[in-house]
Amino acid sequence: MAKRIIVDPVTRIEGHLRIDVEVENGLVSKAWSSGQMWRGIENILKGRDPRDAWAFTQRICGVCTTVHALASVRAVENALQLEVPLNAQYIRNLMVSAHALHDHIVHFYHLSALDWVDVVSALDADPKEAAKLAESLSSWKLNSVHELTAVQQKLKSFVASGQLGIFANGYWGHKAMKLPPEVNLIAAAHYLQALEIQREANRIVTIIGGKSPHVQNLTVGGVTNSINLDSQAVTNMERLMYIKTLMDKMKDFVNNAYLVDVSIIGSFYLDWAGYGSGVTDYLCVPEMPLDTQGTQFSLPGGYISNGDLSTLKPITGFNDKYFIDGVKESSKHSWYQGEEALHPWDGETDPNYDDFNDEGQYSWIKSPTFNGKPAQVGPLASVLCLAANGHEATLKHLNFVIDTVSSVSGTNIDVSALHSTIGRHAARAVRAASLLDEMDLQWQMLVDNIGRGDTDTFNRPDFPTGEIRGVGFHEAPRGVLSHWVVIENAKIKNYQAVVPSTWNAGPRNQDDIPGPYEASLMGNPIADPDRPLEVLRTVHSFDPCIACAIHLMDTEHNEIVKVKAL
Amino acid sequence: MSKSTEQQLEDLAARLGLSRRHFLKFCTGVAATLGLSSTAGMQMAHAVSQSRRPSVIWLSGQECTGCTESLLRSTHPTLETLILDMISLDYSEALCAAAGHQAEAARHAAMEENKGKYVMVVEGSIPTKDGGIYCKIAGKTMLQHVQETAEHAAAIIAIGSCASWGGVPSAGMNPTGAQPVHEILPDKTIINIPGCPPNPYNFLATVLQYVTFGTLPELDEKNRPRFAYGRIIHENCERRPHFDAGRFASEFGDEGHRKGYCLYKLGCKGPETYANCSTQEFGDVGGGAWPVGVGAPCFGCTEQGVGFTKALHEKSEVTTHSPPDIFPPINAETGEGASAVSAGLLGAVIGAAAGATAMTVKQLGKAEKEAEKDQMAANNPDGQAVPGKDTVNEPQ
Repeated sequence: MAKRIIVDPVTRIEGHLRIDVEVENGLVSKAWSSGQMWRGIENILKGRDPRDAWAFTQRICGVCTTVHALASVRAVENALQLEVPLNAQYIRNLMVSAHALHDHIVHFYHLSALDWVDVVSALDADPKEAAKLAESLSSWKLNSVHELTAVQQKLKSFVASGQLGIFANGYWGHKAMKLPPEVNLIAAAHYLQALEIQREANRIVTIIGGKSPHVQNLTVGGVTNSINLDSQAVTNMERLMYIKTLMDKMKDFVNNAYLVDVSIIGSFYLDWAGYGSGVTDYLCVPEMPLDTQGTQFSLPGGYISNGDLSTLKPITGFNDKYFIDGVKESSKHSWYQGEEALHPWDGETDPNYDDFNDEGQYSWIKSPTFNGKPAQVGPLASVLCLAANGHEATLKHLNFVIDTVSSVSGTNIDVSALHSTIGRHAARAVRAASLLDEMDLQWQMLVDNIGRGDTDTFNRPDFPTGEIRGVGFHEAPRGVLSHWVVIENAKIKNYQAVVPSTWNAGPRNQDDIPGPYEASLMGNPIADPDRPLEVLRTVHSFDPCIACAIHLMDTEHNEIVKVKAL
Repeated sequence: MSKSTEQQLEDLAARLGLSRRHFLKFCTGVAATLGLSSTAGMQMAHAVSQSRRPSVIWLSGQECTGCTESLLRSTHPTLETLILDMISLDYSEALCAAAGHQAEAARHAAMEENKGKYVMVVEGSIPTKDGGIYCKIAGKTMLQHVQETAEHAAAIIAIGSCASWGGVPSAGMNPTGAQPVHEILPDKTIINIPGCPPNPYNFLATVLQYVTFGTLPELDEKNRPRFAYGRIIHENCERRPHFDAGRFASEFGDEGHRKGYCLYKLGCKGPETYANCSTQEFGDVGGGAWPVGVGAPCFGCTEQGVGFTKALHEKSEVTTHSPPDIFPPINAETGEGASAVSAGLLGAVIGAAAGATAMTVKQLGKAEKEAEKDQMAANNPDGQAVPGKDTVNEPQ
């Protein structure tokens, strides 16, 4: 008989997620993904000034901070067909890239690594052997025997205190943990070092955004960072050089530690290249606009069917009809009224809570589809799409990972290994490294443009009477993010965010087809049902962000009614 | 192994919420690497009975994790120093290694072990409508978790605007009946650290004062630490001289904006927002790294009734001195471009604050008067409703 496992709360994610699985003969046979919190932020936006929306939507999530602000101003700009000055595009591109770097690094080292790395085992490591191993694999400067010894001592004294804090009850000694003690020690050292590197990434976000999380420099029509090399109060050469210096520091870590760590851990867990593929239709939007109208991009977007890169259908710009017409959301299995899948501009959402029903409604998250089918979004979709487009930096880093895994594991692997739980981690590291290369280009373009005497950073929005509609999208750290706005007489009439974690964490859709989390859990081995580490591995590989995934669009007749209290 | 050692191990395992089997395995591994004898368990138990890091239980309700994220940015102390050396973060959905019932077990063990001694931190608001169903963790509503955890907490800190006064979830129609912590626990003293998110040092300094001295910082009438929320932003803003001199930016990127002039006319809420953003700044990067420093008007994220309530471009109520008469009045237009721009802004803004000037005159010096009143009350230990250092809740 099938055994039911409920993981609630799923930790080391943003927000409140519950995962249920049924296990038969040691393998997952059914899975449910359920979001457990709802705030109704889009509802709160109704009637407000469209220029204010970004400040509210950014609060959808403090992990995916910045991205909801960017998508929001892009949506309003799209509705107005308002151009954005080049400097503002470059400044935005630099800021969101730095944010993504922080996000990817924290996700790998601080949120998901503990699914693969046994910190307790690191106490058994020989620091000399660990240093020798680490230094044979990369030139990262903090792999010395002194550094690793110090880290091990720190862990020992922490454990000896008897107060394990956040490490209490972890899956230490679990039989699915496979890394040798020395690799665990290297990973533990990089866990601590990565905390410093993500702070560097955030310093860039803060220099540009004024604070982090939740930047304040975005505005409909551009950025508030005015440029004046002769002022002590605004963006000047000192600020630009500070950003560049921090970028270089991050690059050292990402190229020499993050990419290498992912490759080594991936080599030991190569079996996880065989689990967790789930939905292999991938969606990705273009990013890093290079012109004022959003028609040219440094990173192309597109849709890939069945994991076959040759099927790539491009998504080319902020007005792309193939993307705009393709998106719908279903709430058949979500705690809302109505079953039919609706376009974000036309949707309705009336809460209808009725506890957890396996075959009925069981989540606050809706189910988005692209042309009627679920799609996986995120760094994997992005990397596959960039690879299909022949994007040079992406191919360089992707080949590095593939070659390193092949040589360390002694097994030749290729791009197909990416369609998996471990592949999502590899893709995220590749994307991080590619984004750093992209930041170099964006920084140079900004400096060159300022050098040409262009200091424009803002175009004023003017709202017409009557109704206008816009969509703003962004290839965020967790994938395709789109904000959809309807504006009437300069007020928000309707607002909807279709978010990466909605795409991935959504429940079954209008045709009862499971969402990407659910599909990817199928067939995962479960060694110990009391400690379902494997469930966490696959779910974490998507980098869940549940505050993002749950939201409510508003319609004219929407009232919060019909909610059945417990 | 002697019986007493075994018993101690058993107790310790129970306290840490580990099964005895896992804990023994854990201890054996630790003992071997520490080069200790087979009585390593004893040594560990002994260490535990010695000085302990204060237990902190961090609950997350209707939040965005931005407050947790803010701690990832701090440098003094860093998050790693905080949780490895200074406190014992015994529960945090965002950070803890365990998940599901193992995570819940760790929380219960910490609450039991540190009964009456732990610090409870709440991030996010608490939905109260429809029985609180809009936020559930481990099958229970956030409302239940807050009540249950508060019962034996020594101190309760509401971090962020959502937990302090409702924040974004409570804005407008408040779809879920989102409430701040003090509304859920009316009989407890709640320390409020508002902001969206607050500067991490406002939280850290509060917690570390408690850890170091066993006291809490002096609070204002809204239970906010005075060291962080004692003055309005406008009083310590580096652009204040421009305000006083009548030099304003009228549009992003205009001449005044590019010279770092005052952002009042763009809707800056610095004149009615209590916070230390301009003096503390963010991210330890210097160079004016705070919203106004990057040309963005403050929108009052710390302040109930301002942040997420007033429109971004709406002019602020000025509660401090207005500029002396010899300077141009604050609503005077400066230059041709400005008039056209202001007209455009007014056309676009719904309900722009047309009466700002009149209000300014009426409210002259209000902030100063209030600050004085607060100070007098704080100096009067018998005064009412002035929570001070002795606001740690009695353990129950």
